[in-house]
Amino acid sequence: MTDLETFRQETRAWLEANCPPEMREPVRDETDMCWGGRNPVFKNDAQKQWMEAMAARGWTVPDWPTAYGGGGLSPEETKILRQEMARIGARNPLYSFGISMLGPALLKYGTEAQKTHYLTRIARGEIRWCQGYSEPGAGSDLASLQTKCEDKGDHWLVNGQKVWTSYADKADWIFCLVRTDPQAPKHQGISFLLFDMASPGVSTRPILLISGYSPFCETFFDDVQVPKDQIVGELNKGWDVAKYLLGHEREMISGMGLGGQSGTLGEALGEAVAADPLLRGEVARFDVDSLAFRAMSEKFIDELKAGKAHPAQPSMMKYAGTELNKARHELVMAAGGSNTLEWESDRSKKGKAAREWLRTKANSIEGGTSEIQLGIIAKRILDLPGA
Amino acid sequence: MPLYLTDDQTMLRDTARDFMAAEGAIATQLRHWRGINCKDGFGHGLWKQFAEMGFTGILIDEAEGGLGLGHVEAGIVLEEIGRNLTPSPFLMTALAFVEAVKGTTHAARWYPGILAGETVAALALDEGAKHRPEAIAMRAERAGNGFKLSGAKQFVVQGASADVTLVAAQADEGLTLFAVEKGMAGLEVEGVRLADSSIGARLTFADVEVDADAVVGEMGGGAAVLSRVLKAGRTGAAAELVGLGTAAMDMTVDYLKQRKQFGRLIGEFQALQFRSAHLYSELEIARAATLKAQQLLDEGSENAEAMVSVAKAKAGRASQLAVQEGVQMHGGIGMTDEYDIGLYMKRDRVLNELFGDANYHADRLARLKGY
Repeated sequence: MTDLETFRQETRAWLEANCPPEMREPVRDETDMCWGGRNPVFKNDAQKQWMEAMAARGWTVPDWPTAYGGGGLSPEETKILRQEMARIGARNPLYSFGISMLGPALLKYGTEAQKTHYLTRIARGEIRWCQGYSEPGAGSDLASLQTKCEDKGDHWLVNGQKVWTSYADKADWIFCLVRTDPQAPKHQGISFLLFDMASPGVSTRPILLISGYSPFCETFFDDVQVPKDQIVGELNKGWDVAKYLLGHEREMISGMGLGGQSGTLGEALGEAVAADPLLRGEVARFDVDSLAFRAMSEKFIDELKAGKAHPAQPSMMKYAGTELNKARHELVMAAGGSNTLEWESDRSKKGKAAREWLRTKANSIEGGTSEIQLGIIAKRILDLPGA
Repeated sequence: MPLYLTDDQTMLRDTARDFMAAEGAIATQLRHWRGINCKDGFGHGLWKQFAEMGFTGILIDEAEGGLGLGHVEAGIVLEEIGRNLTPSPFLMTALAFVEAVKGTTHAARWYPGILAGETVAALALDEGAKHRPEAIAMRAERAGNGFKLSGAKQFVVQGASADVTLVAAQADEGLTLFAVEKGMAGLEVEGVRLADSSIGARLTFADVEVDADAVVGEMGGGAAVLSRVLKAGRTGAAAELVGLGTAAMDMTVDYLKQRKQFGRLIGEFQALQFRSAHLYSELEIARAATLKAQQLLDEGSENAEAMVSVAKAKAGRASQLAVQEGVQMHGGIGMTDEYDIGLYMKRDRVLNELFGDANYHADRLARLKGY
């Protein structure tokens, strides 16, 4: 038996023994996920037990080095772990912007002290992070951000406003883009700063969305003092860190196109599809696109791990994955008819389908709009001319 | 197995790419044979060169003189064929027919000629304008020691040049496949030039008598053989479509970097940039789906069936988008025969119909998934 086959058998046995039955049920919505944090809220004991068991093995971040709390697994082993988790429907033990976004940036740009301090805590789910990127005047044109960060000798002083900060009201810390040189060209005066959301001068205000939920906040900084060692990467070179991190954010969002399930939409919709030939045709076409994209995701991840992916490929994945996810929810609404229009009834699980449908409309806006991604593909992959 | 080409496969791709660009180019192959109104629509010399390169034996076991490789490798060659619109019997002979007779008595009869690049094989399945292999009506009646075949077939690619044609017909025992040699009495072959200047054929069988040993596999066991043939053919056609679509896109993107209007390169216009980027995305996804189908086939996975239909449908749509955008973005010159982009559009249409179009395969996926 090869080492990988042994690893698969051991992994399978360990998962069987350690993944509680409740954690093999599909995640219902964002409130059903384990986010960790300084004051973690667990929905039940199983959720806590599962996160801690996985964290103890380094398997919340299986491919990070063991020195930083990871599992130290090779790309092949990581893939096997994910396959074995999928086999029993095991949930992701820890949802975390620290893992999916900040961690990779710290691994690449952090100092040794920053890596040891932050990464181990991220791996154990002890810090819940939010991302301070967009501002009221800096959306698609992110590099025009104005949040001011001044050098006050023994600390940084931060003043300004962020917007679309996911779960800022629940986060412990923020990774934030700030302007450290207002005189420099816009891409060259930005730094990447980490700070505690409990710092004096930080306040948040949730934004009510069309879905009726408030996953995003406005975040205000009023004379916030930040220790000097909390800049990641070089001063005024934060745009490099930001772009690198955005690549990982786009990968994460592109994964939403997979719908978090292994079957097809046609199977999930059942009766409604059989009764309507035109809808059945649309759903069948969607399932072709969806299964093809699933293969694309597998290929992309394999290439990424092997260092074979084009650096701008995450933009393609983000574009295709989010557009696909929007298409899925349009079809869910069409198939559900007036049942899915009920907004508050228990029958409709408080308008679950409708609220998710509306939520997905943000997928092709957040993390860089579809139009921004298409522009990146055109310029960086197809090498088309122009600004 | 990771979903990208291994080092060996990458080497084969580089070899195939160089070979096809040099020997299978549009100017010297497609335009040449079209120009002299060739009755075969392809060059026998090139087919021999394919054999010398080992391509024709990719799916034939090493024990039988082939390379003993798989559908990934066959697809690598087909992608390059697609890029260059290289006319050849490769898909029908080295994939579909080789798979059909694998493990049967016919392998020893036909493999040597295929390995030598001398034998050309065809597939007679379709009986109407659309691909409906589940509705084959052609009859095979017992007569003496053999059978009499009656009925008509169309869209038999290379049917006018084939030394042997695999024919699907209904016998009393059920669907059965026959290997029918050329020149049989009662078999009328009408070569027809298709839009892409390849040669298809309409075959009419009027009580064509064949021996019992013409049966491929078991009597009534045609469904199993046909399933292998169709999976190989569909996946191969998907690979050719991916190559074709990619070449059409590359040609178009190059053109956007040269053509000036309003004092600017037209590639600077966002309207064209976005459409090009969307096309790139579709072709990348089609390539991934096709590679996944090839790997599943090579692994003998039971999930291959659905993925083959996904690949054929997705590659068909992506390639179709590539040629449509290609002609439109080339503007007026895209409509001229002198420019190659139109040749890509015509070949794409043929390949989309071959082995079932995107609607057929979306419907098939739905049926496989029980809806």
